[in-house]
Amino acid sequence: MDKFTVHTGTAVPLRASNVDTDQIIPAEYLKRITRHGFEDGLFSAWRKDENFVLNQPQFKNGSVLVAGPDFGTGSSREHAVWALMDYGFKAVISSRFADIFRGNSGKQGLLTAVVEQDFVEQLWKEIENHPDTEVTVDLETRTITAGALSSTFEVDEYVRWRLLEGLDDVGLTLKHVDQIDNFEINRPSYKPTTV
Amino acid sequence: MGRTLAQKVWDDHIVRSATGEPDLLFIDLHLIHEVTSPQAFDGLREAGRKVRRTDLTLATEDHNVPTIDIDKPIADPISRIQVDALRQNCAEFGVPIYSLGNEQQGIVHVVGPQTGLTQPGMTIVCGDSHTSTHGAFGALAFGIGTSEVEHVLATQTLPLKPFKTMAITVNGKLPAGVTAKDLILTIIAKIGTGGGQGYVLEYRGEAIQALSMEARMTICNMSIEAGARAGMIAPDETTFEYLKGRERAPMGADWDTAVAYWRTLPTDPDAVFDREVLIEASELSPFVTWGTNPGQGVPLNSTVPSPDQFADPVDKLACEKALTYMGLEAGQRIKDIRVNTVFLGSCTNGRIEDLRAAADILRGQKVASDVRMMVVPGSVRVRLAAMAEGLDKVFIQAGAEWREAGCSMCLGMNPDKLTPGERSASTSNRNFEGRQGPGGRTHLVSPQVAAATAIRGTLSSPEDLLSANLVSAGS
Repeated sequence: MDKFTVHTGTAVPLRASNVDTDQIIPAEYLKRITRHGFEDGLFSAWRKDENFVLNQPQFKNGSVLVAGPDFGTGSSREHAVWALMDYGFKAVISSRFADIFRGNSGKQGLLTAVVEQDFVEQLWKEIENHPDTEVTVDLETRTITAGALSSTFEVDEYVRWRLLEGLDDVGLTLKHVDQIDNFEINRPSYKPTTV
Repeated sequence: MGRTLAQKVWDDHIVRSATGEPDLLFIDLHLIHEVTSPQAFDGLREAGRKVRRTDLTLATEDHNVPTIDIDKPIADPISRIQVDALRQNCAEFGVPIYSLGNEQQGIVHVVGPQTGLTQPGMTIVCGDSHTSTHGAFGALAFGIGTSEVEHVLATQTLPLKPFKTMAITVNGKLPAGVTAKDLILTIIAKIGTGGGQGYVLEYRGEAIQALSMEARMTICNMSIEAGARAGMIAPDETTFEYLKGRERAPMGADWDTAVAYWRTLPTDPDAVFDREVLIEASELSPFVTWGTNPGQGVPLNSTVPSPDQFADPVDKLACEKALTYMGLEAGQRIKDIRVNTVFLGSCTNGRIEDLRAAADILRGQKVASDVRMMVVPGSVRVRLAAMAEGLDKVFIQAGAEWREAGCSMCLGMNPDKLTPGERSASTSNRNFEGRQGPGGRTHLVSPQVAAATAIRGTLSSPEDLLSANLVSAGS
């Protein structure tokens, strides 16, 4: 996983709540068995509407998505994170994320920054009025700045450390394999097996 | 201070705990399917890792599989490649698999419980958000992403931050004709699609204790629709009765040891939940969704809401968008909404009791001439059990399609889809835009409402059939 320290880019205002992972990437795209190349599936149903925000030229190259509350609800598909990242997004800003989506993002290096809904509203206005506004998301200081606007954001401290270091979870866990061995020895024998 | 059910299961699975880090939890059962696992196996291969505990891992083919012609190769080449990839990965890494055609095959969340693999006090994960279903047994069960699938395959553990706990207490008795599905849809509408975020929900109270295991699974299944990763119900005699004698349940002295442990799991009387929600069962009635998220639901005997009813601008906008997408008018009677398709199935309502409940209503009746009804059992075993009782004949004689097992139209990854603008009454769990096929419009309902709707062609409860019969008898 690549390290994430600070990212600066233009932003995309997505004025919708409850953006579920079926909208982020429909099931049809989930049949692929590769980990990359999902950018064409991102918001594919909404992108058929020429007025959809990603079809507006001023927002085509944004790398920070600013969305309404409850972003990433529904299916656990990590493809939603892959699609956002393959498209070029580095960070998503919202007042509330679904738990599984947020966990998946942390594993892949997509930053999910939680701010107050008021700040989301201010950001929407700012980037709609000035689409070329550069938004900076700084994970070291946990701050977002956009023109004159600024806010701190919430991110889990452990996830922040992993993102800053670019660490892979499996490798971290395998450092403690002795403890897994010990746990297994003491598991009750009545627990079921699949074989 | 006492502990909750969720805290007890958590504590019994801690492999490692360190300040400032997530707890490392041991995973008792890892279920996998074809959609969220191929990239995880690729990750193992790239790192030269093995599956640590193939004996605690089980694969089933469900999301992509067709529900007709299952003796032929899968017609959709991309679906076929994905199912083939699962078979190859399971062969290469030594993971047991229930493939299409196997009598054990079915939706992953139907397969675990029916074999007795799902037991109280276990930790269970799967790359599928409806893993919350297994919480009905008092297991801590939740959906994970593909990176976590890879992590569990490699280590049989997961690093996790503790959840908060929420008690959802349902007092009193459910009125006749009100089902577990109506109850969970009511709960989601009450606490909202984000209400459960960060929590494990524990459903409790008289109405929950009175439910069968299958009904409890329906409740826990949709915890994720309230934003909660997991939902749980304390194990009791109903749980033990369901498990006893199933092939993967403990036997002999092991059974007694296991039951003695399971009896220690229910939440202690002095335990404190982070949040408590109270529901009065007697106030409930059949409940359906009108919008495009599972929190947008109302009683069947009411009307489509207006955006003006929502004070929060975010909710108001969501209502406007949903009405446009769903092709509905504010104030329209829910019971006047005509559907094209009725889907009975899914990990929410694809078990034998669901099929029985719908068949009881359809027996001797006909599906409306302009309605297509599909019945998709949750597993091959459910299908065979239904056929042994003659339920297949009831559905076929009523004019419904009797299909093979799988996820089917719940998410339309196989050919079972809605066409643009087509409207369904569906016993599944998600009414998201395009979920059942691009442009499709979904109303979430119970199996009973699904069956009554199939007969009348408009969203209906079984009671509406009775009153219609009385009217015709009197005329």
